Amino acid sequence: MKLTGAQILWESLIQQGVEVVFGYPGGAILPTYDALYDYRDRVHHVLVRHEENAALAADGYARASGKVGVCMATSGPGATNLVTGLANAMMDSSPVVAITGQVASHLVGSDAFQETDVTGVTLPVTKHNYLVMSVNEIAQVVAEAFYIARSGRPGPVLIDICKDAQQKSTEYTPVTSVRLRGYRAIKPMRRQDMPALLRAAAELIDNAKRPIILAGQGIKHGKAHEELCEFVNKTGIPVATTLLGIGVISEDHPLNLRMMGMHGEAYVNQAIANADLLIALGMRFDDRVTGNLSQYAKNARVIHVDIDAAEINKNVPADVGIVGSVKDVLRDLIPLVAKRTHDNWMAQINEWRMDTQMHDVMNQPLPDNLLLAPQVIRAIWEATGGNCTITTDVGQHQMWETQYFQHTRRNQLLTSGGLGTMGFAVPAAIGARFARPNEEIWAIAGDGGFQMSIPELATIRQEGLNIKMAIINNNYLGMVRQWQELMHDRRYSATQMWTPDFQKLAEAYGILGLRATTLDETREIIAKARAHDGPVVCEFVVENETNVFPMVMPGKALNEMVRRQPAALGTGFETVK
Amino acid sequence: MLIDHAAAARQNKQKHTLVALVENKPGVLNRVASLFRRRNYNIDSLAVGTTDDPAVSRMTIVVDASKTSAALVESNLYKLVNVIDVQDLTNVPAVIREMALIKVRTNDAQQRGEIKQIADMYKSDVVDLSKDSIILEVTGDETKIDAMLNVLSEYGIMEVVRTGRIAMGRGATRMAQKHEATEVSVVPFDNAVVGQNGHGRHT
Repeated sequence: MKLTGAQILWESLIQQGVEVVFGYPGGAILPTYDALYDYRDRVHHVLVRHEENAALAADGYARASGKVGVCMATSGPGATNLVTGLANAMMDSSPVVAITGQVASHLVGSDAFQETDVTGVTLPVTKHNYLVMSVNEIAQVVAEAFYIARSGRPGPVLIDICKDAQQKSTEYTPVTSVRLRGYRAIKPMRRQDMPALLRAAAELIDNAKRPIILAGQGIKHGKAHEELCEFVNKTGIPVATTLLGIGVISEDHPLNLRMMGMHGEAYVNQAIANADLLIALGMRFDDRVTGNLSQYAKNARVIHVDIDAAEINKNVPADVGIVGSVKDVLRDLIPLVAKRTHDNWMAQINEWRMDTQMHDVMNQPLPDNLLLAPQVIRAIWEATGGNCTITTDVGQHQMWETQYFQHTRRNQLLTSGGLGTMGFAVPAAIGARFARPNEEIWAIAGDGGFQMSIPELATIRQEGLNIKMAIINNNYLGMVRQWQELMHDRRYSATQMWTPDFQKLAEAYGILGLRATTLDETREIIAKARAHDGPVVCEFVVENETNVFPMVMPGKALNEMVRRQPAALGTGFETVK
Repeated sequence: MLIDHAAAARQNKQKHTLVALVENKPGVLNRVASLFRRRNYNIDSLAVGTTDDPAVSRMTIVVDASKTSAALVESNLYKLVNVIDVQDLTNVPAVIREMALIKVRTNDAQQRGEIKQIADMYKSDVVDLSKDSIILEVTGDETKIDAMLNVLSEYGIMEVVRTGRIAMGRGATRMAQKHEATEVSVVPFDNAVVGQNGHGRHT
């Protein structure tokens, strides 16, 4: 059967299981949108209000569903607007396929209207990309792109399709397999090495006195939740998670210490700093996780398991480096390790934990007339019973979310980790809405990030998406302000922010707008928002100079944290080593 | 079994020769070059050419391992979708060569004779001769070419072009044989597997 390139594209996407596409039409992608008209019953297209949010929504969809998220844009400015979202997916290993229109093949290189070298521009922010100049390549390239995006260490793949390739017709045969000469999802290890590496790992684990597991997003991608839990239960080794590792093991598991790193709770970082063995599973020792590398876990041996061979020995040298899927490696490792408990080590960690709690702002007497962001997070957690999906932006509210929301559901927090993309929460929630149709979804953003996402209120309204949006409004770019306070002598350069009347703004979009300035009002409007069958914008006006503590200052060792003084509210803080 | 990092660092303080087989497609050199730039890798030389397979090109890359981990360069090259195979030939028996063309200024017969003598000593050929210049073609490892350049410098070198290192493992080994592409089924997309990724409560 002869089909146009555009029709072949939709057929190929449907064959890959695509049900929803986030996009924005334009000249060079017009043939594809024309063909979409006939496929609209089989693929739902979400018209975003800015292409960046199409890419971020596809990323959110991918994170929430475990499937490949798809976004679409036209050539030139449409395609370049995708770049932030692609970089976000690249840093956080999210399987995304982006489809862009390109000028007709005979015009490529001529500086034609809306022409940009999109494969050139996106080269460093994609796992791979394609420039398709012929209709005959489309079916094959789509199959390859999806396979590359979701296999091994996932990542974004961009397909740039010339307008004439979309228009011309060719015989269409569905592509059922791909043959990629240069691509292996996992770099094979020499077969003879594996048993020896596993034995060496087991020996380190059995002999460790102060071991700690560092669990990352690889466990989620590898669907190794159960294996991790079994490994933890057998070895009795406590777990710290990375930001993206939150949700790979329940936070009410007694051995889950919760998040590590720059704003990890103090006892978690103290445990890592004093460990004699790090077991890093599907994580990449990001600088926000390690602090100063030369001071990092100085007395620890390191076992590093990752699906990406290029992560082993990149930042932290591994005594035992194993390239493979965490699930497979743990399955092989579990029978080799002894059943143990670590009573003394846990007693030490619990001592640090008690000390940490003394410093917690929530354990200090709080004035009635003041609303703190951590209280808002806690209130959302209490109201939902933790049974919801959360998306966040980047900054203070994001870190408070990790500290004051107890994550007991798998993969319930969708957040921009590596790239730190403001404006992620709302589009990611749009994506998650389609992936998890029956889940309560809260998009938590600061007043800064939310203002980057305001156009998407129209998308939410047009699509009728039931998303609860929480704006933590402190009239500052809070995290930048915090850095300015702690490192730049309170010179608040360009961080103060005027904000619109968010209630009226929501109403202008036909969305329910609510506002709280006290804890009582907070609980009230959260209840109201949850009862409302539709999107809601909740503004929480919070104390505007609260800091996120503890904090590992840039260049400092992980256990050298700036902490809130015990029982002192406001700006009192101290450096504790 | 455990890595002795101190020993590994000592061993790494040398030039590593990596050989990459890449698909002969537009933009592949750009992908490789972009990787080096993005990762801030220090590359001494990069030589590219075709192979017996028209679909495959071969790159020889020299990495300054005192500044850049050769193993990381190798792993990152391997990740590129168009890179078929990468090998580090540094510690295996290999033939390593570089070619240079050297243009020397000369306009009298006696000097020409001397230069020809030098060329012979380095087993190099005269490939061009004009009234005021002579071009020599030399093949060898870098130290040989460096030495010859040093000797010729007193006659006045006008131009030099060097290919950068090219390398091949000795014996009957062959790259990329283990990389005959395996066919991977891509449909139907297995939604059941995706389902395991569910977002329910932890069990």
